[in-house]
Amino acid sequence: MVVTTEEIWGYLEEVFDPEVPVLTVVDLGVVRDVELNGDACKVTITPTYSGCPAMKRIEDDIVEKLNEKGIENVTVELVLAPAWTTDWLSENGKRKLKEYGIAPPENEPDKSVLFADPIVVPCPKCNSKDTRLVSQFGSTACKAHYQCNECLEPFDYFKCLR
Amino acid sequence: MEKALFEYLLRLGDDSLILGHRLSEWCGHGPILEEDIALTNLSLDLIGQATSFLDYAGKVEGKGRSEDDLAFLRFDKDYRNLLLVERPNGDFGVTIMRQFLFDAYRKPLFERLVHSSDETIAAIAAKSLKETKYHLKHSSEWVIRLGDGTEESHERIQEALNDLWKYAAEIFYEDEVDATLKEAGVLPNMETLRADWEEIVYSVLKEATLETPDNNWKQEGGRKGLHTEHLGYILAELQYMQRAYPNMEW
Repeated sequence: MVVTTEEIWGYLEEVFDPEVPVLTVVDLGVVRDVELNGDACKVTITPTYSGCPAMKRIEDDIVEKLNEKGIENVTVELVLAPAWTTDWLSENGKRKLKEYGIAPPENEPDKSVLFADPIVVPCPKCNSKDTRLVSQFGSTACKAHYQCNECLEPFDYFKCLR
Repeated sequence: MEKALFEYLLRLGDDSLILGHRLSEWCGHGPILEEDIALTNLSLDLIGQATSFLDYAGKVEGKGRSEDDLAFLRFDKDYRNLLLVERPNGDFGVTIMRQFLFDAYRKPLFERLVHSSDETIAAIAAKSLKETKYHLKHSSEWVIRLGDGTEESHERIQEALNDLWKYAAEIFYEDEVDATLKEAGVLPNMETLRADWEEIVYSVLKEATLETPDNNWKQEGGRKGLHTEHLGYILAELQYMQRAYPNMEW
């Protein structure tokens, strides 16, 4: 069977992030490279956060998906550099996050500014800009916890990492 | 050189591992739900960093030890973490002050290690730096809130600072390990690390209306494997499963 790297990128669009199942691993920007060498396929991925517990699962899911597509010889390599940033989240990914009820990353000021003016994170449900930060740390390492003052919806914000 | 590198990686990895374990003890015990989640998020980042550093340490050592072997199967004298990170959690003020003194060191440290001649260390540092910026912001803001808060919170966090201060000096402990790695370019520009730490610490303490303790007595030993009694209890819990059921996995 002859496959191209484009086809493999396409198959990877069917592998979802286990923590945010609306995003594919491609939307998330964790797939950094796909290489083909004869019938051997190597997929290079990078973790979002150092302690992200989803990485092993993502690795297994990629192998499983490609095996299912008839590609038997698959290796997944984990690299740390260059370090993942939310800037790699695709536009499509940001749109899907919002539809799912998670506010996508905003342009945030540098973390070194203490008590910085809060950034505006619009509510993913009613679009109100009147929202407040509940906690910088949310249900997973990549999210912060917010609440909308307008419709009172509590929501996750996919925080900016640079 | 390999020996020094291995030692240094244990210092980095064990700081992350032991502090990560300490923070995980807060799981289900945080003063408010949001802080419970925040502290365990920090813990997760630190355990992740420990995994990277110890995985690399095992490769440098070349004896086939994995990150799990190093985390779970060493004896107390083989751990190289700062005494500061093994201090008990105490109240929330103690945990926050311990975290702040550590974060104020880790951020400028990683900013330097990003330029290490060792590519793996540079990569782990670049990854960890992004996380550490969040940690330092979190701990700094809490130090200010508690210090400049109520009489009770002020008193308690001042006490925490007074107690932890003697362990802070060890952050700048240096020996032949550092000298060897500096020469090789693995540790770049370390001269100004202390000045950077002091700048962060003094400015936040001032804002928090806290007084820098005038006691300069220091307590060190962790970098050489001489620990306080607390590490033994941590390891008993951390290593129990692997010691009771060798090679268990789930």
